[in-house]
Amino acid sequence: MSNSKFTRRGVIKTGAAAGAGLALPTIFTGAANAFTNEPGAGSVKIGFNVPQSGPYADEGLDELRAQELAVEHLNGVGDGGMLNTFSSKALGGNGILGRKVEFVTGNTNTKSDVARASAKSMIEKDGVIMINGGSSSGVAIAVQGLCQEAGIIFMAGLTHSNDTTGKDKKANGFRHFFNAYMSGAALAPVLENAYGSDRNAYHLTSDYTWGWTQQESMVASTEAHGWKTTNTVLTPVGAGDFSSYITPVLNSGADVLVLNHYGRDMINSITAAVQFGLRDKQVNGKDFQIVVPLYSELMAEGAGENIKGVYGSMNWNWQLEDAGTAAFVKSFGEKYGRPPSNSAHTCYVQTLLYADAVARAGSFNPCAVGEALEGFEFDGMGNGPTLYRAEDHQCFKDVLVMKGKENPENQFDILEKVETTPRAQVEYAPDHPMFAGGELGACNSGA
Amino acid sequence: MDAILLQTLNGLDKGAAYALIALGLTLIFGTLGVVNFAHGALFMIGSFCAVTLQRLLSISYTTIDPEKTDFLGNPAKIETPYIEGWFGPEIGAAIIDWSVPLAIIFAIPIMVTLGFIMERGLIKHFYNRPHADQILVTFGLAIVLQEIIKYYFGANPIPTPAPTAFKGSLDIGVMIGFDPNAIIYPIWRLIYFVFSLIVIGGIFAFLRFTTFGMVVRAGMADRETVGLLGINIDKRFTIMFGIAAAVAGLAGVMYTPINSPNYEFGMEFLVLSFVVVVVGGMGSLPGAVMAGFLLGILGSFASMNEVKQIFPGIDQIIIYLVAIIILLVRPRGLMGRKGVMEE
Repeated sequence: MSNSKFTRRGVIKTGAAAGAGLALPTIFTGAANAFTNEPGAGSVKIGFNVPQSGPYADEGLDELRAQELAVEHLNGVGDGGMLNTFSSKALGGNGILGRKVEFVTGNTNTKSDVARASAKSMIEKDGVIMINGGSSSGVAIAVQGLCQEAGIIFMAGLTHSNDTTGKDKKANGFRHFFNAYMSGAALAPVLENAYGSDRNAYHLTSDYTWGWTQQESMVASTEAHGWKTTNTVLTPVGAGDFSSYITPVLNSGADVLVLNHYGRDMINSITAAVQFGLRDKQVNGKDFQIVVPLYSELMAEGAGENIKGVYGSMNWNWQLEDAGTAAFVKSFGEKYGRPPSNSAHTCYVQTLLYADAVARAGSFNPCAVGEALEGFEFDGMGNGPTLYRAEDHQCFKDVLVMKGKENPENQFDILEKVETTPRAQVEYAPDHPMFAGGELGACNSGA
Repeated sequence: MDAILLQTLNGLDKGAAYALIALGLTLIFGTLGVVNFAHGALFMIGSFCAVTLQRLLSISYTTIDPEKTDFLGNPAKIETPYIEGWFGPEIGAAIIDWSVPLAIIFAIPIMVTLGFIMERGLIKHFYNRPHADQILVTFGLAIVLQEIIKYYFGANPIPTPAPTAFKGSLDIGVMIGFDPNAIIYPIWRLIYFVFSLIVIGGIFAFLRFTTFGMVVRAGMADRETVGLLGINIDKRFTIMFGIAAAVAGLAGVMYTPINSPNYEFGMEFLVLSFVVVVVGGMGSLPGAVMAGFLLGILGSFASMNEVKQIFPGIDQIIIYLVAIIILLVRPRGLMGRKGVMEE
């Protein structure tokens, strides 16, 4: 008989318990700290999760440039950019709460599962306190959900679906970028002025969350201005050649084609539409028109001369003449030799807004930061007076209606501003039907 | 009726691209027995030959215009292409305008050389390896080529328009008795279709009516016997690899005005082209061409609203669905030969 206290069953039980403990993801074992990835005294790390490969890699690169610039400005390097024009003066160019800002980058590849894996790695392995960036609503919603579970603040990049701050909103997620409803509300009156109220629109729409809400918003806003909707057709993301979706438009009786496409899909669909002579066509006694509700500079560059005279909307554009825009364009242009895109702008502003909220809250605790951002009103960031609404974490500000320039003078001179739509015109109630169905929920600090 | 005609035309130009890529794939498979997953990348490289020539022709000298400013408020730099200085503004601009057709001449030597380098430098080492190894190595090569293009040209599509003379569209409906505006088709897509027929016809004529082609066909049928006759069949097959690379490259060059090229351009076609090869019958050149056009046209019809209302989502699966049905009915594909890929 053995005197040993070790039994086979005991060893298995202990081993199983220890194994399970070790196997638990670190994001669920943060109870020892006050909150997830509480930074030390010397530095704080933030994560930039942007597409570095795939169709939006150039846009991701531009976001990354702006994010690096924001970190420089937070650490007191360079000319300070928008810190000089920002209405809040909580940041002093000495990092965040005296800690030097460091960053790591991840690649979303514009795929939700890849983006989540990348964000998870930055949270668990790199210990980031906040995640910022991205160029897709599908990705933003996926990463926002992960950050909520992990107790991390998510400062969204380019995401335009109503769902991001609608049915999929989360207490730990914040969006500075405008949304599909705002695009519709800003564009519809301009389109009515330009093309009249007796129009028949045909919609081609990307078959995912952004496309669906963009189409819903455009249909509602244009119909409110007298337009009729001839047809709405969903197209697969990355369809390549859109000719087989464009040809049915020719004899549909529609006199306007609304392309609810973004990025490479928009470039390909508008190219096909122009090739098939839609812009030279007359229907119902009127010139046929094309509308692209969401513009970006890189997308316009890819579409080339096909976007001349085509209306769309933007969150921000480097040609604005306010002090904040001038400061940012100067910093960015001198460092990188080109003006920033509107996705670069939103990522830059989001990084500064996060840092400012930490400074005002006096804590990195995500719940304290969230509280500082909720209801925060600010100015000097290129969009005029802006509100981070507490109810849904959506920023409310002016929206730009843009048009493809007829005679561009250089590669950056592609779009021109038609109108700055005032914030009041694009505001909506938090319980608006297009945003209904989700709950913000409670903030999660990971404690 | 007009909608059906329009979708048929659509299918023909899409099918033309599938047929050209599938033809090259079949040439390589039929001669060298290699499953070349880098073939889509060759299509992409061809399209970037057009981009490169456009940029070469547009190389400019810079002058300062003190009356204009750039985005930072500095005096604006005005770029003027050298070619406009050498030949005058009108002729210089016309040469740049015609960069896509001119790129055909530019692309042929580049693509043939690239084909030789690929075959001699890498692929020949995998002739006696399993098909899975060949797929892995050529797929890896495709990714390397993509990343090289992305590094130098970026990820954003680059507009590469057709010459101004071919930019518009034709009212084909009026020509055949329909109402005006009923069947409008872009001129460049018609040119692409005709171009593909010429290339396909040229390849078939080359294989059918030249001694070189006869030897290659004999080698495709029975490589060992041709070798025993003292003919260096390997050398001819290497040349065929170069020709197949050039066909893919030319398909890419001419496709640039239809869709702006980007580094993932080839992958969009590669998978579908493999389906085309399998449906046509492994190793069958006429089968590849026939299946290319057939699947192109079916894909177009499946995108019609009337069809999608009955079968939602059919546009995304039609090609694979047809491939399954054909392979169930004819396991060797439409024109497949016994013994190919069956050992």
